[in-house]
Amino acid sequence: MMHWIIAPVVLPALLAPFIVLAARYHIGIQRAVSVVGLLALIAITVGLAWQASDGSIVLYQLSDWAAPYGIVLVGDRLSTMMVFLTAVLALFVMLYAIGSGWDTRGHHFHALFQFQIMGIMGAFLTGDLFNLFVFFEVLLIASYGLMIHGGGNARLRAGVQYVLFNLIGSTLFLFALGSIYAETGTLNMADLASRIAQIGPESTVGIRVAAVLLILVFAIKAALVPLHFWLPASYAEAPAPIAALFAIMTKVGAYAIVRVYTLVFPPDLAVTAGLHEVWLLPAAIVSVAVGMIGVLAAKRLDRLVAFSVIGSMGMVMVAVALFTPEGIAAALYYTVHSTLAAACLFLVTDLVRTGRGDLALTAQPPMRGQAMTAGLFFAAAIAMAGLPPLSGFLGKLLVLDAAYNSTLVVWIWVIVLASSLIGVVGFARAGSILFWKSNSMTPTETIEDVTQPATLSYAAVAGLLALLVAHTVFAGQVHGYTTKIAAQLFAPAPYIATVLETPGKLSTPQEGH
Amino acid sequence: MELLVASAIGVLTAGGLYLVLRLRTFPVILGMSLLTYAVNVFLFASGRLTIGAAPILRDGVTTYTDPLPQALVLTAIVISFGMTAVVVMIGLGAFLGSDDDHVDDQPQTDVTNSEEGA
Repeated sequence: MMHWIIAPVVLPALLAPFIVLAARYHIGIQRAVSVVGLLALIAITVGLAWQASDGSIVLYQLSDWAAPYGIVLVGDRLSTMMVFLTAVLALFVMLYAIGSGWDTRGHHFHALFQFQIMGIMGAFLTGDLFNLFVFFEVLLIASYGLMIHGGGNARLRAGVQYVLFNLIGSTLFLFALGSIYAETGTLNMADLASRIAQIGPESTVGIRVAAVLLILVFAIKAALVPLHFWLPASYAEAPAPIAALFAIMTKVGAYAIVRVYTLVFPPDLAVTAGLHEVWLLPAAIVSVAVGMIGVLAAKRLDRLVAFSVIGSMGMVMVAVALFTPEGIAAALYYTVHSTLAAACLFLVTDLVRTGRGDLALTAQPPMRGQAMTAGLFFAAAIAMAGLPPLSGFLGKLLVLDAAYNSTLVVWIWVIVLASSLIGVVGFARAGSILFWKSNSMTPTETIEDVTQPATLSYAAVAGLLALLVAHTVFAGQVHGYTTKIAAQLFAPAPYIATVLETPGKLSTPQEGH
Repeated sequence: MELLVASAIGVLTAGGLYLVLRLRTFPVILGMSLLTYAVNVFLFASGRLTIGAAPILRDGVTTYTDPLPQALVLTAIVISFGMTAVVVMIGLGAFLGSDDDHVDDQPQTDVTNSEEGA
């Protein structure tokens, strides 16, 4: 059995205590360990993605216990792509945190960051619903620490809201898991898939409730309207590199919906009929609208970016909620784009904060490093708003194309196109107030603690933008691969067979028994 | 016994939900605790209610209770315990910092507040 697939979970889990215990007072060593660890993670996840790219399912049985009894990690095309995306994003975010000095504004930044990565990686790789809950909690408890990193009253208040909202989400998750276990007697995803298919139509009450509870939990994580209220305040108040890392956390919710509702509750299952078209798709469409209206209405740049994240998660969920192979392929292409673009915008927000002192959308004298920051904001805003030539445009085109056969096609096209226009206006308004109007203002007073952002900060943002450009240039290849991922998701038989039929240590007779 | 367990879960959940919808941090945290108690009992009951049965395979025993929900409950208890401690600490920090324990955003903290804090 190959052990590499557990490395994305184990490596951060070992590095974090090392950073706390051995390098507590040496920020230089912490930084070096963090960056080297993330580089190693990228190498490992590239290897995993390459291994899964031919369609094979990589299975890891912890302690060699066979599947329904033991916990398994499963790497298929989707999981390995998501862990690779996480590792790449984490590297650039870490470089920014080092460049901007955010990691020195409080204790244990690097250790918490590694625990956060561990939780995200585990959530993407696990093949067991209860284990998914545990990894959700790992990533959440690390995110609580990171969210209030650096302190400050506003941040602590937003932190309380964020923690409480997520605690309620976790409780709901446990209720869902309890109902599923009471109905089926298992929590392994592959085992669930085969058992739920056997439930007769007369006894579906419990499993219907469980399916709805579960989608509510994942919708909270994905910040789908009307469960998005935790996001704007917490993403706006979180330290910028952390908000950028959180861009992948909403995707964990989207990933969980894709995984559970293609494998455990497949789209053609009678038990969950209507859940996607009647509830999920309209909620996603409303999310797109609410997000982009929020972009236009925001009075501060960080709130603006947070609302654009809601809108862009809405786009992802519109494509997911179609639950067709084309829809999932488009959703995955857009997921990669949305993660990179959101992270980029949050980092640009911090560049503005560094060079200007505050984020209110009012005309003020020119900020430090204005030209460079303005250029980066322009490119990132184009990507997020979905204008050509960057990948947001291609992603939206793919989503609209995939929605062509949906019953709600008129709604999807009208809302997506109209809200894109509103988003463009919102970003243009913010950009012109921040950067253009400032040239007509004369510096009145010198604000303290305003500095030129560091070169490494710019390099990290530019690196993310370069990835977005690559995502655009290689759109054909990437979309081809996401189509293959979708095909694998809609043919789950090899996944289920691999998980359930691989023998563990008790499956074969041992000597002496 | 089913009635007792079911109504206990129901009452705990109802009380928890009511408290979670309050405006101040302390009742909300109490409500979260009640909700986690409710979900723990619920998880426990998800393996069916059996009294005095062995959870582990043994010679000469024919009735067993499901051991898995007990393991799940143990995990859930540990996690919710830790989470409650974290939220108490963060809530205390927020209260001591701003002398206000409302969980919602106050109207006057609209544009300028977070700059003072940061």
